[in-house]
Amino acid sequence: MEIDPLIFRLSIFILSIFVGYYVVWSVTPSLHTPLMSVTNAISSVIIVGAIIAGLSGNSNSIFNNSSIFGFLAIALAAINIFGGFLVTQRMLAMYKKKKKNK
Amino acid sequence: MISANLSAIFYLISGVLFILALRGLSSPETSRQGNLFGILGMVIAVTVTFLSIGNFSVGFIFVLLFILVGGSIGAFIAYKIPMTAMPELVAGFHSLVGLAAVFVAISAFLNPEAFNLGYPGNIKLGSLIEMSIGAAVGAITFSGSIIAFLKLQGIMSGSPITFKGQHPLNAFILVLIIILIYLLCSTQSSNFFWILLIASFLIGFLLIIPIGGADMPVVISMLNSYSGWAAAGIGFTLENTALIITGALVGSSGAILSYIMCKGMNRSFFNVILGGFGATDDTTSSSTKEQRPVKSGNADDAAFLMKNASSVIIVPGYGMAVAQAQHALREMVDTLKKNDIKVSYAIHPVAGRMPGHMNVLLAEANVPYDEVFELEEINNDFANADVAFVIGANDVTNPVAKTDPQSPIYGMPVLDVEKCKSVLFVKRSLSPGYAGIDNDLFYRENTLMLFADAKKMTEDITKNL
Repeated sequence: MEIDPLIFRLSIFILSIFVGYYVVWSVTPSLHTPLMSVTNAISSVIIVGAIIAGLSGNSNSIFNNSSIFGFLAIALAAINIFGGFLVTQRMLAMYKKKKKNK
Repeated sequence: MISANLSAIFYLISGVLFILALRGLSSPETSRQGNLFGILGMVIAVTVTFLSIGNFSVGFIFVLLFILVGGSIGAFIAYKIPMTAMPELVAGFHSLVGLAAVFVAISAFLNPEAFNLGYPGNIKLGSLIEMSIGAAVGAITFSGSIIAFLKLQGIMSGSPITFKGQHPLNAFILVLIIILIYLLCSTQSSNFFWILLIASFLIGFLLIIPIGGADMPVVISMLNSYSGWAAAGIGFTLENTALIITGALVGSSGAILSYIMCKGMNRSFFNVILGGFGATDDTTSSSTKEQRPVKSGNADDAAFLMKNASSVIIVPGYGMAVAQAQHALREMVDTLKKNDIKVSYAIHPVAGRMPGHMNVLLAEANVPYDEVFELEEINNDFANADVAFVIGANDVTNPVAKTDPQSPIYGMPVLDVEKCKSVLFVKRSLSPGYAGIDNDLFYRENTLMLFADAKKMTEDITKNL
């Protein structure tokens, strides 16, 4: 009997929760705000689904009632991806160590 | 066009890169590299999606156009936003993830063929369940984050909004959502799908309005977690590994942050979710307040105390963010350091409006991160320090949390500020903090109150040093 692919996805999901658990506990508390902004950016990988949805129309009607939601989702996710990564970069650039020669 | 197996492997790679992105945040040195891993993971995921569809027609140009428009808006916001507004920004971003999840779910529901999920009216059962959960959680994330955003922005009052029958109503809607998912799956009727979305938007709204301003760190972390679960739900629908991994990562990350924040306030998660304690205590605290003597001073007195100290600990709080006093503070500290005074910063886990809020502000003001300490690291040092400079914090310094079991904040971990030889407390008035209780510290023998705007007072002290 073959195993339902859903079980494999579920396994990935459960194991990722554990990976997330240990990785996030090791994040230093002073970087919790960048952590939130970067998780925000990466959860926007949902843009993958949005692109599939957006390209689901045919060449006669690029915007049908289904693909239009895809396009809207693309724009929203893109705001998040660019905004999230850039603002994280901006924050992380500010964290500096004490200057030795002071 | 690349094969499904190959694209699945690339999605796995981008998932691993996202793990490395979070891993990088374990120290500031590796964090920037981590962020680059995250960007790389995103680029791979998007590119592979294009290649696997392999349809570079007119639609493709529109996709790029929408990415460009969204990306420019995002980049613009990222460069313009002041660091003090980070909580609002993150709440706003969460709402977008939630809404994007809802839109993808709607699109998949209307056109399941495009996603290999079956046909309208006959969508695979598993996919339909995953889709509706993703859509419901996404909708909750969206409306909840909007409320959090409005509260943080000050457009909506930060005080808790409660009404009679609130909890039964919420419970009713939550049960309704489960029934609707069941009905949707058994009938495949689109009507149930739309009602489900409306109910989810509504519950997101209702869940956040009773939560007060200072509980926002928990709320933001919780919504962070929700946005992850929504992404994971959609990931299951689309059978996409990158989305599933990311959803799980973000979901557990938000959950851990919520836990840390709740622990920082010694409150259970449900206690926070069911409504702020500021609501009920407001009336009692104002009427029973006794007039006790306080010592108040001016910038000159404060400067004198600090000049004669050998070590100073700074305790920043949300008030510092409101007054934008972080730069003025750093200038004051620079002057102190020139006089060979040892200065460090003590950060309470729930200081500010989101996890790590104070650390970012101090970093912005060029405070080296190795001078900034967490509660457990620094709490024993207060006893040996000469001056504690409390700027914009209140409840997190209240010694009552250690001594009075009747107090609503009893058991909350607090900074042992009162153990310092002298305490300088910058505050605009004697009004109680968010918890609605008097701070015992105000009336201590070794406390000098500095009634002023945090920024102005800090500047005046620097002049007098």
